[in-house]
Amino acid sequence: MAELWQLDAAALAKAVRDGEASAREVVDAHLARIEAVEEDVHAFITLTPEIARAQADEVDRKRAFGERLGPLAGVPTALKDIFCTDGIRTTAGSRILEEYVPPYDGTATIKVREAGMPLLGKTNQDEFAMGSSTENSAFGVSRNPWDLARVPGGSSGGSSAAVAAGMAPITYGTDTGGSIRQPASLCGVVGVRPTYGLVSRFGLIAFASSLDQIGPFARTVRDAAAALYAVAGHDPRDSTSIAQAVPDYVASIDKGVNGLRVGVVKEGMGEGAQPAVVARVQEAAERFAGLGCSVDEVSLPSFDLALSAYYLIAPAECSSNLARYDGVRYGYRADDPRDVMDMNMRTRAHGFGDEVKRRIMLGTYALSAGYYDAYYGKAQKVRTLVIRDFDAAYEKFDFLICPTSPTTAFKIGEKADDPLAMYLSDLFTIPTNLAGSTGISVPCGLADDGLPVGLQLLGPPLSEELLFRAGYAFEQDLGPLPDPPLWGAR
Amino acid sequence: MALTREEVLHVARLARLAMSDDEVERFRGQLSAILEHAARVTEVVTDDVPPTSHPLPLVNVLREDVVEPSLSQEKSLSTAPESEDGRFKVPRIIEEQ
Repeated sequence: MAELWQLDAAALAKAVRDGEASAREVVDAHLARIEAVEEDVHAFITLTPEIARAQADEVDRKRAFGERLGPLAGVPTALKDIFCTDGIRTTAGSRILEEYVPPYDGTATIKVREAGMPLLGKTNQDEFAMGSSTENSAFGVSRNPWDLARVPGGSSGGSSAAVAAGMAPITYGTDTGGSIRQPASLCGVVGVRPTYGLVSRFGLIAFASSLDQIGPFARTVRDAAAALYAVAGHDPRDSTSIAQAVPDYVASIDKGVNGLRVGVVKEGMGEGAQPAVVARVQEAAERFAGLGCSVDEVSLPSFDLALSAYYLIAPAECSSNLARYDGVRYGYRADDPRDVMDMNMRTRAHGFGDEVKRRIMLGTYALSAGYYDAYYGKAQKVRTLVIRDFDAAYEKFDFLICPTSPTTAFKIGEKADDPLAMYLSDLFTIPTNLAGSTGISVPCGLADDGLPVGLQLLGPPLSEELLFRAGYAFEQDLGPLPDPPLWGAR
Repeated sequence: MALTREEVLHVARLARLAMSDDEVERFRGQLSAILEHAARVTEVVTDDVPPTSHPLPLVNVLREDVVEPSLSQEKSLSTAPESEDGRFKVPRIIEEQ
């Protein structure tokens, strides 16, 4: 008999609905699991056990009164610490927001609560979502449940590690350049970067506004589909949110992939990636052929250039968004300022970490007089080329595959002093963000180093339903990955 | 694409970041390396390519001009480092005559 914390979200929700376990018991099992492994993993910045128990009790009360429960009622979750939560400290992984307690909830926070998902806590992340390892968190690095000496990926690494370690069956993060898919890949879990505008960003602390998007982590594709469905949809409070009905992803998930056309992205299968990673993705391509898909190679010539464009566009937007941390309305303020300029300069110097400072300066430079056209303007044109490449590919293919990350999880400290090397871990995820389209990372086996490899499925805007179908068919055919070593730890 | 010390200091001041000499030197090297990589975009021929600033073709998303509930003054000020008489308080901006 599996322990409650080992069950996936679909099984937990069913157990609660059928009265086999109370929501309170489910939450307590996860809190006990957190108690057992959090010291090793450090997935959380803030834990909220009282809130989780109260929300679980509310689900149990509803059930006792015969009220209808939603598909994820009683399934505990955790939110990246960049989602505003009313009355719960929200740091974005930054010292500048170390004591920030939002006076309101973001839309995603509200939707998760209304789905009846008890909130276990706020997960660790790279500061302001800038990074690929959680090493840029002001609150310490998270560790990969597959190997505690390695990073869980980032920036949403606390959310991916929590799911991989059995601390929560579903968590949420944000993906601006790969910050959901890359940590999902490194931790051997499913991660979804939805289409730009599918999930409301009201109450989400902004990094790069034309790229940021909220999405879920889970241990199965079906759970990920249910988790996205719970938060997706139009929101009048986010003017970039898409006004369109959201299909029930779970209802159509087992329709299979027979007859679909799969493109294998040539630029993702070369020397830029670890050979064992390429090998697993090649096997995945063969598996899709076995499932009745036609599989062919496709070239996206601008794939490499996307990284360069991203590191002008994202910093430019971040330099503008993070101008709000001025020591006036919220967050840290430097002591005894001489004047406003001194207050701004010392507040930001103390409050921000190195990576955030680097990106703010890069963006400020790219937007400054004399460089705007050459850098920022040019990067925006390259962005158009990336979109054109995808458009051409989707005329011939229903979805594309390539590795999520060029490598498996790297050692803590390995890339910490070389920002450019760190940026390269997002090489294969960034084009999707520039295009505003969608991508899912699904585990596709282990590399020769014993660490999980993520298969990335890419589709045009609003193709989530298709990607979930494809990911589910693949996952069912492949069978489960071995459990991470930490799974057995008590 | 090597940045000079002066350029780093200029950008840091524009971005309102106080910076020690050591930091200026460290960021100078790192930013130069990143910019060298990013500058690959400048070599791409894009004469007939329009820029993309945003992935959705949205313009002027408006709502009806009716008053809706929003954060109270008290709640808005609850997060401020310093406030007084219902306002955010900052160091003096205008000199006394």
